[in-house]
Amino acid sequence: MKEKINPLRKYIRNGKLPHFFCPGCGCGQILSYFLRAVDNLQLDFKKIVTIGGVGCTARIPIYLNTDSLHGVHGRTLAWATGIKLYRPDLKVVIFAGDGDLVSIGGNHFLHATRRNLDVTVIMVNNFNFAMTGGQVAPTTLFNSVTMTTPYGSKENTLDVCKLAVCAGATYVSRWSTAKPIQTIKAIKKALQHKGFSLIEILSQCPTNFGRYALKTSDTEEVLKWIENKSILKTKAKKLSEQELKDRFVLGEFIHKKRPVFQGTTFLKEEDN
Amino acid sequence: MDKNLKHKSNRVNSGIHFMLGNYAVVEGALAVGCNYFAGYPITPANEISELMSKRLPEVGGIFVQGEDELFSIYSIIGASLAGAKVMTATASAGFNYMQEGIGYASAVEAPCVIVDVQRCRGENFATQADVMQMRWGASGDYESIVLAPSTAQELFDFTILAFNLAEEFRNPVIVMSETTIALMRERVKIPEKESIEIYKRMYTSLTPEEYLPFKAKNNSPPEFAPIGEGYHNLYTLNYHNEDGTIDWDAQGYKKLYQRITGKIRENKDKICKTELCFLDDADVAIIAYGSEVRPALDAIEMARNDGIKIGMLKLITVWPIHENLIKDIAKNVGRIFAVEMNIGKYAREIERICLPFCPVSHITKNEGIIHTKEEIYKAIKEDLS
Repeated sequence: MKEKINPLRKYIRNGKLPHFFCPGCGCGQILSYFLRAVDNLQLDFKKIVTIGGVGCTARIPIYLNTDSLHGVHGRTLAWATGIKLYRPDLKVVIFAGDGDLVSIGGNHFLHATRRNLDVTVIMVNNFNFAMTGGQVAPTTLFNSVTMTTPYGSKENTLDVCKLAVCAGATYVSRWSTAKPIQTIKAIKKALQHKGFSLIEILSQCPTNFGRYALKTSDTEEVLKWIENKSILKTKAKKLSEQELKDRFVLGEFIHKKRPVFQGTTFLKEEDN
Repeated sequence: MDKNLKHKSNRVNSGIHFMLGNYAVVEGALAVGCNYFAGYPITPANEISELMSKRLPEVGGIFVQGEDELFSIYSIIGASLAGAKVMTATASAGFNYMQEGIGYASAVEAPCVIVDVQRCRGENFATQADVMQMRWGASGDYESIVLAPSTAQELFDFTILAFNLAEEFRNPVIVMSETTIALMRERVKIPEKESIEIYKRMYTSLTPEEYLPFKAKNNSPPEFAPIGEGYHNLYTLNYHNEDGTIDWDAQGYKKLYQRITGKIRENKDKICKTELCFLDDADVAIIAYGSEVRPALDAIEMARNDGIKIGMLKLITVWPIHENLIKDIAKNVGRIFAVEMNIGKYAREIERICLPFCPVSHITKNEGIIHTKEEIYKAIKEDLS
């Protein structure tokens, strides 16, 4: 009998599966969603550069059969700028956790969105610093218990999508691992978008966030928690700010055209 | 990439100029083919970014002013891995931030040139206080190549040399500038385009199926395959195998860093450049680098007029340190004077090498201003009497 091989396997770096993610982690799903989007669009994998910084999500690129950079915390967008300006023909995709992108990498994030750098950022939001053992992150909800907030977090939560829209991103949407169809569709849109595109994917971390903040290491329970707190943008419109507190609004927040960043150069004066 | 360009001005401004030191750096970089530069404002390095922002686009390159020095260093590394010839410039405080990126560039062997115009902490006075940071600033194992110009002409010449070394050894190379020379105007002779030596990075001739991004001979850099050509390279800070993938292996780790440091350590004789001044008949010798070479030379003239047979070893390459040559000199003179503009840092390194053979006197000054020739002369006289 012929062995069945997953058709997406061709996109995986030789021999690098199984991946190192914890059982139940959303990163494996997101890796798969991304590959489905790429496969569906029939993109040339040779012309894709994937970048990860440090963290669980940042490890997604090391499994992809693309040119990849990895291993420095928070600097993904700085690398991406150098590559993209020198090789505008390449598609640059960044996989970053919430800590990587908006905590240590927050400044780069603000300015790359402001400039409308032509890259796609897939931000996996698992509400904590997972790889280091479950510490509080800018995305952790108020009063959540984490390894560094044993009495509950007393900091407000950062809405990364709102921030991106304000700063000047030109495609922004938020979905969750529990919504694969919408997520894949959003990734496809982002990959086809010229300009700074951000997809925030809410994802379950049963190992750390689940255990400390939700008191469960059951993947399904953590997913349900995300799902119960999620609300579609269209429905959220009818609710007050108070009612939307600690809820995750899902949907597309912006999709528009604006000239992309090219640096100071006479090389390629494209019409945007 | 270059074929698409409309050249609006010359890369090589041949001729004789009265030129600011910082501008000489820019002209050197352009002459050797720099095509990507990222910077962030900081005095006294600003003129480098300013002239780059005007000149680099004119010759078909890309200039970016980023949000901080971390952006500068990582964006040049990104461009370098895509095949660009890259540079950034900063001053001491900004150089701190870049250490992280220097560690990464060393680990993935990304050629890049970093200019550090040294200044006193928070103030724009002259110093050579970063000399140890140039060597030891980043975490992890690595070797730096650091060049110390002493004139505007050398800022031009050594910037070219820095690019060539970076491209040859696939390593960060630091041009150790100083407030003294960066903000001084001097005669700079820019040669004809044809006479400028340019080292071309060694690209692989293998196919993506055959190629391993970190496979290299002992003490050598690997051959290069740029991003975007189907080689699917993984450039990670983490320990990586010859194929670039992350998979911890203690012996592999040891071997990788033996090669990354060995390509500099074992090629010292090729990398290290020095100038010998009046050493043939010398009884005592000065060892100096950077702008301190200038008053030191004048002091030698004063001392020789007094009948003191003194010479000087001028270090062009500060790191790696030219151990064998310094040892030879120490064996042949009765005393060595380590001249520098800080609390006495490199002097200790000279002591480490010379002490078994001859005593070392420190002539250091840490007042934000270069030594005068009289100060050096006086210190020598006092020491020898």
